[in-house]
Amino acid sequence: MKEEGQNEKRYLFDNPRNVNRLLGCFFSSLVILLVIDLFIHKHPHFPWEGWLEFYAVYGFVACVALVLAAKYILRPLMKRREDYYD
Amino acid sequence: MISTVPPAFIFIIGGLLVPFIKGKWKSAYLLLIPVIGFINLISIPEGNHWVVRFLDWELVFGKIDRLSLLFGYIFHLISFIALLYALHVKDDLQHVAGLVYAGSALGVVFAGDMFSFFVFWEMLTVSSIFLIWARRTRAAQAAGFRYLLVHAAGGLCLLAGIVLYVNQTGSIEFGYIGLNGLATYLIFFGFGLNCAWPILHPWLTDAYPEATITGVIFMSAFTTKCAVYALARAFPGTEALIWIGAIMTGFPIFYAVIENDLRRVLAYSLINQVGFMVCGIGIGTALAINGAVAHVFNDVLFKALLFMSMGAVMYRTGKINGTALGGLYRTMPFTCICCMVGAASISAFPLFSGFVSKSMVMDAAAEGHMRIIWFILLFASAGVFHHAGIKIPFFAFFGHDSGMRPKEAPLNMLLAMGIAAFLCIFIGSFPGPLYSLLPYPVDYVPYTAPHVVGQTQLLFFSALAFSLLLLAGIYPGEQRCVNLDFDWFYRKGGRLFYYVLDKVFNTLTRASEKAFVGGVAGYLGRVSRDGPTRVALLGLVPAWVIGGKTGEKLGVKKISLRGALQTGTLPVGISAAVATVFLIVVFLLM
Repeated sequence: MKEEGQNEKRYLFDNPRNVNRLLGCFFSSLVILLVIDLFIHKHPHFPWEGWLEFYAVYGFVACVALVLAAKYILRPLMKRREDYYD
Repeated sequence: MISTVPPAFIFIIGGLLVPFIKGKWKSAYLLLIPVIGFINLISIPEGNHWVVRFLDWELVFGKIDRLSLLFGYIFHLISFIALLYALHVKDDLQHVAGLVYAGSALGVVFAGDMFSFFVFWEMLTVSSIFLIWARRTRAAQAAGFRYLLVHAAGGLCLLAGIVLYVNQTGSIEFGYIGLNGLATYLIFFGFGLNCAWPILHPWLTDAYPEATITGVIFMSAFTTKCAVYALARAFPGTEALIWIGAIMTGFPIFYAVIENDLRRVLAYSLINQVGFMVCGIGIGTALAINGAVAHVFNDVLFKALLFMSMGAVMYRTGKINGTALGGLYRTMPFTCICCMVGAASISAFPLFSGFVSKSMVMDAAAEGHMRIIWFILLFASAGVFHHAGIKIPFFAFFGHDSGMRPKEAPLNMLLAMGIAAFLCIFIGSFPGPLYSLLPYPVDYVPYTAPHVVGQTQLLFFSALAFSLLLLAGIYPGEQRCVNLDFDWFYRKGGRLFYYVLDKVFNTLTRASEKAFVGGVAGYLGRVSRDGPTRVALLGLVPAWVIGGKTGEKLGVKKISLRGALQTGTLPVGISAAVATVFLIVVFLLM
């Protein structure tokens, strides 16, 4: 992205402070989202859509489950050497 | 109507003329084709046009209604973008193949009868295969052949279904078919193969990553979307499609997580997105069909955008594996931003295009009280963000620094990506124009507070899961490997078939050769050569012995008789006598 000032070789995320800033923004937006959820008036199709922080929990759990299943079940079953078909 | 022509013809004829245009005019000519095509398209009124009598049938080359028009618009749009992206390519084969491919896709969506539909459908395969072979590597050649064989099988299945169906109904009109009876199942299956249904899907993940950098942009847009169109036209509201679609959204994301080739990750996520469309068509309500079709429009754009950004990376670095890339944001910032726009769109972030269409399918499932389907779709929504939304940009542009500092992509690529990225954001922010083009009237409001917050939560907390897993070292690192998929059955199965046939038939051949050529034939040869001599000697030797011929004289007699018999130079009298004896024997036996 945007280059960092005068030094040609220093790029945006070469500076750890920028990485930390980004992570800071990210974590604060997570908190903001959790807080906003308390004040939203929902009109759910399904009862669980009305539960507090349903989407946040589901998104987190789904992704963890996805990665664990892919890493510990699918990969050991399906992984072969690159020249397997040659 | 008088001044317009079938949309497919502009592309096909225009494409075939490409090799005759030389020099700097070629670029202008290439870009002019979709522009002229589009002007032509918007001048055609709705209804059936170009009805041609063929034998006893009526071929319809222009079935123009709201459904086919929307596909027509997006196909023109993506052709323009893909051609712009490919302008630097000097290989005419790719331009011709791309344009004929686009023309075939237009032929499919505007076909009003099953004959022309089928012909264009097959042309899709035949033209697109050159976009794979044009890569000119061994892997591409092999993948192209597999692609061809699989599609030929699907095409035959479709043809069989069409023949049976036309035989039963007596009409070749292409409209609603619905599932009843063998013919319709064969057609359904034929569509499903091009749609990359689960188990039938590996042609896509096998061939697309082997296609050329620019060819895959065309491929990501046409084949599967034509199949979605065919399903929307012929099988809306078919319940089986709901489940097929849901499975399609679900299983590819697991593969995408462990796949190393980033274009193959996109191929898996292409199946995942088509799943949403298939599911919507299966639900079949006005909202669901609108959602499915709107998602086609958006998916063509953001999937092309993602493929273009990965193509640009590949063009500049020559690499596409996650293990080899990383940190490219430093020198390819614009490509990086475009990739992130595509990633945000496919993940359905608010203000990006996926948000306004995917949610329609989700809501249609919810309105139909399909709980399990809804959960699968929601899982897939979180999962697609995970692999296409985060993994692709992260491993290519951020992550570990690969040390590569490639130049930014060429101008034409940047322009093509820029247009697609702009449209992704525009449609996401102002869905009205897209909604006004949908087949049914739309009274859907995507931007409600609970929806925006819910979706944002879903995505942000998936991102949180990604970051935590990555920081904890649990996230599966990219590895150089292949992952087995259903193509194993024909890739290894084909080899097994070959092996079995080799063993069975070649053993049989060798045995036959030994028995007949070496054995029986030789024996018969010897018998017919030596037989008469032996018979004659059997009769004559005792006579000679009685006549007093012994020793050397007998030997000389034998040799001269053998020579005479083998060369057929017996005295005429003896031949006549033998023949007479033979005739007498025959006469007596009868």
